Amino acid sequence: MASSASVVPRQASRSNKSIYMVLGCTVFAAAAQVLLKFGANHAMPTMSLADPSTWKPFLVALLGNYQLLLGYTAHSCNALLLILALKDGELSLLYPIIALTYVWVNLLSMYFFHESMNLWKGVGIALVIAGVSLMGWASSRS
Amino acid sequence: MLLASLIGSFGAVFLKMGAAHLNRGFRYIINWQLGLGIALFVGSSIPFLMGLRHGELSVLYPMVSLSYMFALFWSRLFFGEPITKAKVGALAMILAGIVCIGAGGR
Repeated sequence: MASSASVVPRQASRSNKSIYMVLGCTVFAAAAQVLLKFGANHAMPTMSLADPSTWKPFLVALLGNYQLLLGYTAHSCNALLLILALKDGELSLLYPIIALTYVWVNLLSMYFFHESMNLWKGVGIALVIAGVSLMGWASSRS
Repeated sequence: MLLASLIGSFGAVFLKMGAAHLNRGFRYIINWQLGLGIALFVGSSIPFLMGLRHGELSVLYPMVSLSYMFALFWSRLFFGEPITKAKVGALAMILAGIVCIGAGGR
């Protein structure tokens, strides 16, 4: 018991574990955004803060809006995973990887919301993927 | 929008500080740095939403990614992480990519 208490502070590990965790984050974040978009399309009763009688129907509708709730759950998972990843990894390396969320959101939007693909988006997605790959390569080398 | 990305980048800094507490055990997950980090992230969405009302998404999107750039400097300042050519290059590619995605979104 006493021996396990004196843990040597871990250095930023050479493994890419934290990078994979942030990659997981981006998937959660993208899923959250799509779910929130679905949830936002739900018809909600109007609520006015001044009128307490409108609070309950709004709250009930909010709790029944499972896409919105799932979206926020995904956001929470995203935050938790990001914190765990930051524990061991370098912030300057891991934080920009979150940009990969844009790639997933664009691809998911094409599928779910029938948004169109064009040259600019394609080039942008390729650049982000290349940049994230370069980050990964930089971290394995550092 | 600049404000939103600045706040967001500080959110990341505090998350990193707070995450360091986890090295002492998982039950340290509740600490003020993590709380502040999450609050800053949520807070950064307020100026973002205000900006959304006035500006175009294709312009605003790339501005959010400026927070990655801020984070690079804060990491150097607070955690002594080196700024390497590879990091700057990768960041430039990511920023350019987001600008392109924003341009394609209109």
